[in-house]
Amino acid sequence: MSELADYDDLLTRYEPALGLEVHVELNTATKMFCGCANEFGGEPNTHTCPVCLGLPGSLPVINGKAVESAIRIGLALNCSIASWCRMARKNYFYPDMTKNFQTSQYDEPIAFDGYVDLDVDGETYRVEVERAHMEEDAGKATHVGGSGRITGADYSLIDYNRAGVPLIEIVTKPILGTGDKAPQVARAYVAHLRELVKALGVSDARMEQGSLRCDANISLAPIGADRLGTRTETKNVNSLRSVETAISYEMTRQAAILDDGGRIKQETRHFHEADGTTSPGRSKEEAEDYRYFAEPDLMPIAPSAEWVEELRATLPEPPAERRRRLQAAWGFSDIDFGAIVNSGALTLVEETVAAGATPAAARKWWVTELARRANEAGVEIDALDITPAQVAGVQALVDEGRVNDKLARQVIDGVLAGEGEPAEVVEKRGLAVVSDTGALSAAVDDVIAKNPDVAAKIRDGKVAAAGALIGQVMKAMRGQADAARVRELILEKLA
Amino acid sequence: MDDLIRLSVAELGRRMAAGELTSEELTRACLARIEALNPTLNVFLHVDAEGALAAARAVDARRAAGEELGPLAGVPIGVKDNYCTTDMPTTCGSRMLQGWVPPYDATVVKRLREAGLVIVGKTNMDEFAMGSSTETSFYGPTRNPWDTDRIPGGSGGGSAAAVASFMVPLAVGSDTGGSIRQPGAVTGTVGVKPTYGGVSRYGLVAMASSLDQPGPCTRSTEDAALLQAVIGGYDFHDSASLDVPVPDLVAAAQADDLSGVRIGVVTEFQGEGYEPGVLERFAEAVELLRAAGAEIFEVSCPAFTYALPAYYLIQPAELSSNLARFDGMRYGLRAGDDGTHSAEQVMNLSREEGFGREAKRRIIIGTYALSAGYYDAYYGSAQKVRTLIQADFTKAFETVDVLISPTTPTVAFRIGERMSDPMSMYLADLCTIPSNMAGNASASFPCGLSDGLPVGLQVMAPPMADERLYRVGGVLERALESAWGHPLLNELPTIDTQAVTA
Repeated sequence: MSELADYDDLLTRYEPALGLEVHVELNTATKMFCGCANEFGGEPNTHTCPVCLGLPGSLPVINGKAVESAIRIGLALNCSIASWCRMARKNYFYPDMTKNFQTSQYDEPIAFDGYVDLDVDGETYRVEVERAHMEEDAGKATHVGGSGRITGADYSLIDYNRAGVPLIEIVTKPILGTGDKAPQVARAYVAHLRELVKALGVSDARMEQGSLRCDANISLAPIGADRLGTRTETKNVNSLRSVETAISYEMTRQAAILDDGGRIKQETRHFHEADGTTSPGRSKEEAEDYRYFAEPDLMPIAPSAEWVEELRATLPEPPAERRRRLQAAWGFSDIDFGAIVNSGALTLVEETVAAGATPAAARKWWVTELARRANEAGVEIDALDITPAQVAGVQALVDEGRVNDKLARQVIDGVLAGEGEPAEVVEKRGLAVVSDTGALSAAVDDVIAKNPDVAAKIRDGKVAAAGALIGQVMKAMRGQADAARVRELILEKLA
Repeated sequence: MDDLIRLSVAELGRRMAAGELTSEELTRACLARIEALNPTLNVFLHVDAEGALAAARAVDARRAAGEELGPLAGVPIGVKDNYCTTDMPTTCGSRMLQGWVPPYDATVVKRLREAGLVIVGKTNMDEFAMGSSTETSFYGPTRNPWDTDRIPGGSGGGSAAAVASFMVPLAVGSDTGGSIRQPGAVTGTVGVKPTYGGVSRYGLVAMASSLDQPGPCTRSTEDAALLQAVIGGYDFHDSASLDVPVPDLVAAAQADDLSGVRIGVVTEFQGEGYEPGVLERFAEAVELLRAAGAEIFEVSCPAFTYALPAYYLIQPAELSSNLARFDGMRYGLRAGDDGTHSAEQVMNLSREEGFGREAKRRIIIGTYALSAGYYDAYYGSAQKVRTLIQADFTKAFETVDVLISPTTPTVAFRIGERMSDPMSMYLADLCTIPSNMAGNASASFPCGLSDGLPVGLQVMAPPMADERLYRVGGVLERALESAWGHPLLNELPTIDTQAVTA
């Protein structure tokens, strides 16, 4: 049996079904059930109290701001908002869960039955949202010794700073009919959620810090089959690119097993960033019994219709309208616009245009240059240490002729390295294009003198040969010469 | 000295305010009494004599400096060992928490300290409040001061016995299915379960969250009202806490008649299974209430018949979840951590050694009742019964102001008598459970003796109508005392510190 099937080939036999569970960490000032600071990082166990440590006798009190954020997310996903719902206890053991149950929602989510429309390569795909519910995060365990997993570890260190951080879990219905676009649709969906929660101001949505994380359920069924195949759940996929990679990997892995007459094991799988593969985690063959019941320590949540309507009025521009507006203003094709969305840079591009760059220039820097650097650094694009204003500043230098495109990339290097504003980087690194005729003239004379043969050809009217001399002058000037000016000088001197 | 410890709380407060008595003197008297009787009765699991005397002296100093203090400032109190206290261990009567000193004070404890009460120690209880006899405590049973061969009720037997034996004038308990009222009944003391949400649960180690309610254990109705006034009221830290004005409970306890009060006698809580002595004392009390001006009705609450089985599904279900945190990893007992056992084995060994039989029994019942496939049949059905019980109360309170019944079907049983028969043990809370299921207010008041052992009368009032308990209880208390010529506890036999049988 081959380990992986050919991606294009498998789509002639199988239909993929996706299910995406996205956890969004809310950026409320305090935690879900207590007054501790909700801050990423910090010395271990410094943002804790009896409640988030789950000490005997402690009781939760729900964070009203988290409920508000949950409702706004639900509304932005076109969901219905429950007029009455409760928190539930999900009873299971987890080494860094303080109470050995998680306070979550079960059959009474705050938001349900929504949808998201996504444009992928000119096609519109509707992803139906089953529910968005509130829950608390667990702490963070570091297992020391052995393989780094709890089994075989010498000891475990636990940091409860994250315990009790408010989360919204957004669960889709099975996503069907995406065919070969399944990985891209999944990526576009996660990118959409990121933009959405950032626009709502309810989350930083930093995937590399885990404040937005995706679990991807994937199954394959023979084309024409009337039921879904057995699925696997790939946990904690934490970049947009990984969402795409993990899904196509799982599709090719599952197809190879099915082609061979094998059976897919229902299990959770871990995704490996380094090589884009997945490996088995916990087997789900014996289904967990979470013994859900209504959380008796918390009162029901009953948002009034008036409040929900007030919150609806605060929603940012709906993504589809925003897209129509920006695409019309910028004049991009669907593919070019889609590339911006998929790189997670829509807001960044918008802000760069607002800072004075042309849409084409803003798109070019973010979607090509900066997306590549984010990828290499393994972070989301908005985690780069460069602002839209700085990118617009780099483009302004190009427009003024102070740097060329090649030098502009070095300016970006400098900004990312914390060397200051673009103009300062040009100064410090001595990157400005030299158009001073004296210095250029001397360099041109030097190159002509060293290449009498080429000079002779040009004198004979073979102007195309000038390119070789221009290259040498550029080299001598370490790329900082104004190429057009150099060409003029050569032709003048050899006229 | 002997007179001092028998005074009512109101009287003790008056004397301290008048400068006739210091808190230190009173605290010393209580500590001496505890020292004399505790080896026999096993009421206190922990006594903090130094801390108590320091707190007493602090109150005396404030009073001497002319500070205006509340009516309970300087009064010693015992606290059930399931309240978190920063200066004393909180064990919940379990080996699992032996020696555990919490890093925070329960709201009730905080309010006691703020009001200047002197916490002398932590009282014995059934393990994690599971039981009706205080026999499931890992630290041994508490004995009933009326007869040391008998149980003091449960789970708050320690708090009730502390008050009944004059070790302290006041104690606090917690009532999940009757754990304040049932011990109150069998020790001849007053036990109040306020309306659910009336007293904060924050820092009370949870047994069954939707049923647990802190409340007072005292020797008189007025004492209970004074104590509830201190510990009750809204608390941000308990989301079930009621943010409503609390009526004047002390004034209600001082009311002198019951004219216009309509009292319903619950027909389901009499007859077969009730000891004749209990029913006789109850009937006599009903006549006294009638004589005090109350109108008496028979009221049927048919769903109460199913309260006990429904309770024994809901309570273990919540408990199984609440006790899941005791895994030997972060606090309390850790067993088998000798480098030869895995983390999972250490958890199993800690639970095996840390929890007693009753705790294990209920954890298993609760886990089963919540499990997939059984949820609807057990937990779901029990919740429906709960709704029916609430409906019975609502309907009853349309026609009467309060409902009454015996608090317990029998007087205190003998230590060991029911330990091997959980079902017979559970029957001790038969009459008290409906109030927890409905979240309303109820209390037990002493109404006489049967064969030399106390009998209790239960009063049940609608949610947030706690003052009705105090009005009925206060009038009944004065009527009985004038009939007997003294409070019931004056008949407490001298406690024979030699006569304890193992």
